Amino acid sequence: MDALLHQVFSGLATGGIYASVALALVMIYNATNHINFAQGEMAMFATYVAWSLIEGGLPYWAAFSVTVGLAFLGGVVLERVVIRPVENAPGLSAVIVSIGILVIFNSLAGWWFSYTTRSFPSPFPDSRPFGSSLLSYHELGSMGVTLAMLVAIYSFFRFTSLGLAMRAAAQNPVSSRLVGIRVGWMLALGWGLAAAIGAVAGMMVAPIVFLDPNMMGGILVYAFAAALLGGINNPWGAVVGGFIIGVLENLAGAYVVGTELKLTVALVAIIGTLVVKPDGLLGKTVVSRV
Amino acid sequence: MSEALLTVAGLDAFYGPTQVLHGCGFTVPESGITALLGPNGAGKTTALRAICGMVRTRGDIRFQGKPIGGLKTESIARQGIAHVPDGRGTFLELTVEENLRLGAYIRRDSRTVSTDFERMYGYFPRLKERRRQQAGTLSGGEQQMLAIGRALMLRPKLLLLDEPSFGLAPLVVREIFEIMRAINRDENVSILLVEQNAALALDLADTTHLLETGRVVMSGRSETVRNDEAIRRAYLGL
Repeated sequence: MDALLHQVFSGLATGGIYASVALALVMIYNATNHINFAQGEMAMFATYVAWSLIEGGLPYWAAFSVTVGLAFLGGVVLERVVIRPVENAPGLSAVIVSIGILVIFNSLAGWWFSYTTRSFPSPFPDSRPFGSSLLSYHELGSMGVTLAMLVAIYSFFRFTSLGLAMRAAAQNPVSSRLVGIRVGWMLALGWGLAAAIGAVAGMMVAPIVFLDPNMMGGILVYAFAAALLGGINNPWGAVVGGFIIGVLENLAGAYVVGTELKLTVALVAIIGTLVVKPDGLLGKTVVSRV
Repeated sequence: MSEALLTVAGLDAFYGPTQVLHGCGFTVPESGITALLGPNGAGKTTALRAICGMVRTRGDIRFQGKPIGGLKTESIARQGIAHVPDGRGTFLELTVEENLRLGAYIRRDSRTVSTDFERMYGYFPRLKERRRQQAGTLSGGEQQMLAIGRALMLRPKLLLLDEPSFGLAPLVVREIFEIMRAINRDENVSILLVEQNAALALDLADTTHLLETGRVVMSGRSETVRNDEAIRRAYLGL
């Protein structure tokens, strides 16, 4: 029983990471109708930046904040410089561009930081709270960070006029321009936010999977599965899907398919969702009177 | 006639390679209601889009004496031109209240914004009842009211209305036109109206411009246009 609970809890902890990356995917999808395949590599690169800062002597949380800020700026710049020119091009162009970004970040990281696997520090103590075997401090802490971030993102979109404008720009760019919203900048902000969310996810997962240029590959697949399972256009769906996939993956890995085939769980979830319920669990259907 | 709020001269407009307006010219006087009338395909909607920088244009557009041709749509909105587009442009997945809040997006005076909310709900009580409802669930007439409310939340100097009567029951159309008259009187906003329903528009507007195949073929006081038998037969089908 204890072992089962342990698997569930650590599934929730990694599920939080998947949830964040899935949320970043959904944000960009909602704003642009494109999947950003580079989401994982952007997060990986940001994690390397954090690692360099920590190696350079910065305290963990300072490095964390600087990295989130830099990732945000980087996301904005990336949208303005690379995505902007293909904004009105056919969908495939944007896909190819994002795959290009993926390869570039992956290679840059390998070139600058080498392909050697490194350990990445956790800001949380290296023991288990309350003498329990269920969760480590890092798992608990990263869940806390993830939840805090989700609440912050939700509040931003729900309660600020900039958040409202970003939602409006994603839904109806023409009307948004007519009320004076600078739609292009809203897209750039969306990319910045998604990059920042990804950076947090990268820094939270790096102590578990270790830091190397391919660390986010598997996580991106899980995040895709989470986003699809939850409903690709619903941020809540992404979060719920992330936790479900995290737990499923862990349980299946422990009891069903074994750890070597864990990634298969994500692929099965992707195909299963697309076959059985393509809108996902919480995929939104827009109500409209005709 | 007082000084013109909006002056359009020699305006060409294009959709891709297709030219829709050919040297269009007209003015919108301060504080009145002006109608753009004409048969289908004359370029009425395009003229409104051209003013807001939503199509490619050539020629001179001046708002309060300043050229606005070639500016981005969002910059033109920020100068005080609100546009209720063809199809109403509702943010379907947002609530009624959020739609109105977006109308006031560029304003920073939050105190007057909240009194404006109440004024809009005064004009359109039904929107107040449905303030928390998703805008996509409103009826056509309610969505038209919401679109006008959203445009007014910008506190515009000029309101562009594209076929507010489209697809609505006659009773609802009458109600909306009454409200437009009140808005023009009380809100100190000039209106440029595009309408298929010529009789209604001539009734409401002080000045009328008649468009045909992308050119202004006649401009004048609405009652002059209304009383000209030849024009009525040739252009308005009245």
